[in-house]
Amino acid sequence: MNLEPVIGLEVHAELLTDSKIFCACSAKFGGPPNTNVCPICLGMPGVLPVLNRRVVEFAIRAGLATQCGIAPRSRFARKNYFYPDLPKGYQISMYELPICIGGHLGVLVDGETKRIGLTRIHMEEDTGKNIHDAHGDASLVDFNRSGVPLLEIVSEPDMRSVAEAGAYLRTLRSILQYLEICDGNMEEGSFRCDANVSVRPAGSTTLGTKVEIKNMNSFRAVEKAIAYELRRQASALEHGERLVQETRLWDAEREETRSMRSKEHAHDYRYFPEPDLMPLVVDGAWVDGVRAALPELPGPRRERFVREYQLSTYDADVLTQRKDVADYFEAGVATGAGAKEMANWTMTELLRIVRDEKLDRALVIRDWPVTPTQLARLVKLVERGAINRNTAKALLPKLRGTTADPEELVAAEGLAQVSDRSALEAAVADVIARHPAQVAEFRAGKERVLGFLVGQLMKATGGKANPQLAQDLLRTALRGG
Amino acid sequence: MAITRDEVRRVAALARLRLTAEDEERLTTDLANILDAFARLSAIDTSAVPPTAHVEQDRSAFRDDVVANPPATESLLVNAPARDGRFFRVPKIIE
Amino acid sequence: MSALHELSVREAADRVRRRDVSAVDLARAALARIAAVDTQFGAFLTLNEVEAIATAEAIDRRVAAGQDPGPLAGVPVGVKDIICTAGLRTTAASRILEHFVPPYDATVTKRLRAAGAVIVGKLNCDEFAMGSSTENSGLGVTRNPWDLARVPGGSSGGSGVAVAAGECHAALGTDTGGSVRLPAAFCGVVGLKPTYGRVSRFGVIAYASSLDQVGPLGRDVADVAVVLEAIAGHDPLDTTASPRPVPSYLGALDGKVKGLRLGLPREYFVEGMQPEVEAAVRKAIDQLEALGASVEPVSLPHTEYAIATYYLIATAEASSNLARYDGIRYGLRAPGGALGEMYEATRAAGFGAEVKRRIMLGTYALSAGYYDAYYLKAQQVRTLIRMDFQKVFETCDALVTPVSPTTAFQLGEKTADPVTMYLSDIFTISVNLAGLPALALPCGFDRAGLPIGLQVIGRPFDEETVLRVGHAYEQATEWHARRPKV
Repeated sequence: MNLEPVIGLEVHAELLTDSKIFCACSAKFGGPPNTNVCPICLGMPGVLPVLNRRVVEFAIRAGLATQCGIAPRSRFARKNYFYPDLPKGYQISMYELPICIGGHLGVLVDGETKRIGLTRIHMEEDTGKNIHDAHGDASLVDFNRSGVPLLEIVSEPDMRSVAEAGAYLRTLRSILQYLEICDGNMEEGSFRCDANVSVRPAGSTTLGTKVEIKNMNSFRAVEKAIAYELRRQASALEHGERLVQETRLWDAEREETRSMRSKEHAHDYRYFPEPDLMPLVVDGAWVDGVRAALPELPGPRRERFVREYQLSTYDADVLTQRKDVADYFEAGVATGAGAKEMANWTMTELLRIVRDEKLDRALVIRDWPVTPTQLARLVKLVERGAINRNTAKALLPKLRGTTADPEELVAAEGLAQVSDRSALEAAVADVIARHPAQVAEFRAGKERVLGFLVGQLMKATGGKANPQLAQDLLRTALRGG
Repeated sequence: MAITRDEVRRVAALARLRLTAEDEERLTTDLANILDAFARLSAIDTSAVPPTAHVEQDRSAFRDDVVANPPATESLLVNAPARDGRFFRVPKIIE
Repeated sequence: MSALHELSVREAADRVRRRDVSAVDLARAALARIAAVDTQFGAFLTLNEVEAIATAEAIDRRVAAGQDPGPLAGVPVGVKDIICTAGLRTTAASRILEHFVPPYDATVTKRLRAAGAVIVGKLNCDEFAMGSSTENSGLGVTRNPWDLARVPGGSSGGSGVAVAAGECHAALGTDTGGSVRLPAAFCGVVGLKPTYGRVSRFGVIAYASSLDQVGPLGRDVADVAVVLEAIAGHDPLDTTASPRPVPSYLGALDGKVKGLRLGLPREYFVEGMQPEVEAAVRKAIDQLEALGASVEPVSLPHTEYAIATYYLIATAEASSNLARYDGIRYGLRAPGGALGEMYEATRAAGFGAEVKRRIMLGTYALSAGYYDAYYLKAQQVRTLIRMDFQKVFETCDALVTPVSPTTAFQLGEKTADPVTMYLSDIFTISVNLAGLPALALPCGFDRAGLPIGLQVIGRPFDEETVLRVGHAYEQATEWHARRPKV
């Protein structure tokens, strides 16, 4: 059987507004239980929702950034079900008339761009959180998260591989971060993903039995879960088994999906238009205003980087994943650093620190280890041979937290690369004299030993020797003797 | 318009209402009578009629994105039937 | 000189402001009256004695300091127990909220307080406002002061009784299908359902969100106008509340009904009406003609579908609004059991039969497979009903009808068959579906001495015309001065 995967993803993104969607409680994560709550988000008798305008603005931003149509009239709707973390016994969401309809994303997979369709985007409120109590015989409910605004972003079932699914998620997250509406943190739950997975014979246009997968708490988990599920479905079909349309949970420990304990009834949410909220009217002027304020988005920015800076698509992709990193790179280039070098240093040294120190947890990094100007200057020093790469790397920690100019630091500490032949020749001779065994090995044909000798020369010159020149001089000297 | 006992049970489950056998009996009759009375609605031609979205004219109403609520005090928790510190306590939720 | 508890709202507030009478005396008089008579009627579920006196004292101090506490200064009022009052038990007349004490006021409660009113207690009603006789209260029986064997009407029965019996000078009720107007008619007092959106619903325990409105009850039209003015207006906590400015409703009571065009919808004068009711209403119409209004027959052709339309929409919304009563954050919780059992047992124990019936009907109307045939259909018919009214208001300034086909019926008379009970609302219900303002006021008594109510219906946000017509009629007659023998 030649089966093709059919994958759709449903993302819930927590929005970075100050207050909740329907009340004036703080939407900030954390805090002692049941402190960011009020009668409205606790669903107390007689309370009413009032819509936070900024949530609508964020939804419009997301819709425009993904080429959706923005509905001039849309409507909130009640999704009715019982669960302890749902205080009103219904969630205020949107159903028949969502705010954004029909967009798409361009997703880069293996160097090719594929278009993945979006069905819709709508706004809704988040629920509270349940945790098990210490003794395990009760559950505890915290409503701090109840009423935090969410965007639900539903893709078309256009993805045909795990790689495409992963790329879609990363692209979507990147866009939301560029728009500064969501910090995209799967581990903390501000960016959640459910997957709809089915398989069908390659070339078929009908859809197979769809399975929904939940409980994936990282990008890796999404990829693993989809991969597992595709294998499971293919295997089942190969064995002539019927697939059941169901919801399955990803078990991160066992690395498998398992069927949810079957609920007594399929959900009948009894959607109806929310009578406590007026129909939402979004006029052209509002949409135009939001559109005018959109930043350059990741896709177009990546393409521009390739064109303007002659970067590879891969490098441009890495640099444009985050808007602050892309801004950093361009700021550096603007002060005169070469694009290629600046790109390398940003992607390797800078991003390593950013990841190691989890600076990327912030939606927008403001406290860089070194400023773009500092890094750019460092890069320029290397570009013109004033220092070598190792020196430059060693300088980075020294520049941190200072406003020091790398050039001055180099001068002050006498770190300038030594590229003067005569200055090095004495050191070369010295190294040869001290390591006769290795010299003999080299002359006997063991090339690799040269590295050791170069290393010794670097040590002897306090790391300042121009490594290329050092190597050349040593080779010449060794051959000569 | 008959409504079966099974349907009454299904609806009761959706509404999280536990019905006694007597309740079920009574509700099956009551609902059937009420629905009978409503059957005449189906005869009306509403093909060109929009459902009432809101009685008043279209007008959107919003609040600004401002945190105005202070951290919640005891007064919001004090009506809780069961608590554990600041948490609301419920029988164990089984996934 | 009338006893203190018999003063009108305006007179009482005036006297308090003039320091002619103290707010404390007014409060004491009301509480004394309640203590003397309420065991017969059962209008009140909770009394607010200590806070009422304290509030009254504060008002007296403000007056003494030369301040004006507001248009309801020192006036004892009652509040239907479906409206939240901070620190004072609010039950919706249900066992499921029997011990609930809200930490917040409804907006209308806040506004009463800001106007200087003194809340003396919470009034009985049908459970969650579902009913037409107050017989569905889960916490007590309320009797009609004109005949203790009869119902006071509902769902705001306690409000009608308290005003009629002089237990407070005015009361707040809510009206979803007639629940202010019917008790007003059955108890011989004045009650107004404002235009949907005229008064904030924040803090009003929801029954049917697109139909509920808070309405004042009082002993005459002017009192009702004063209270309406105090509570009406935009509320940032309720997006369905209109931002339209609140006019002076008292100022609209200028008697200028000459030339007003009054419509009589033929569908509201039907077979099966109690003949005395029809006679009294027709006489009232004659009286209005004598005052210079012109009268013409009109038609509201979709009237016959109103009850079905109402009950589908209201119960659907109610089934959702009442889902929050689950025993987790407040209210009754049935002991023991796993989570699912807790939900079911709590709601079974906490809700009465009528509430359960309506939740079931509403859940059914919304459930998969039935949404189009029931809920959606009802919302479409609702549009037709609204359009009926729009059409007649092209040629009429107001409509005049009876409030109910009968006067107050006996306790227990209609409880056997829910459909029979629902038919009591036949003249009031369309008004809620169309969101219009409507006033109920006394226009006579039947042979048994029971009050008969006249209804005046107006255009959206035209409470002024409705009150003007009602007031002109009232001032030309004596009905509003009659009190039940207590």
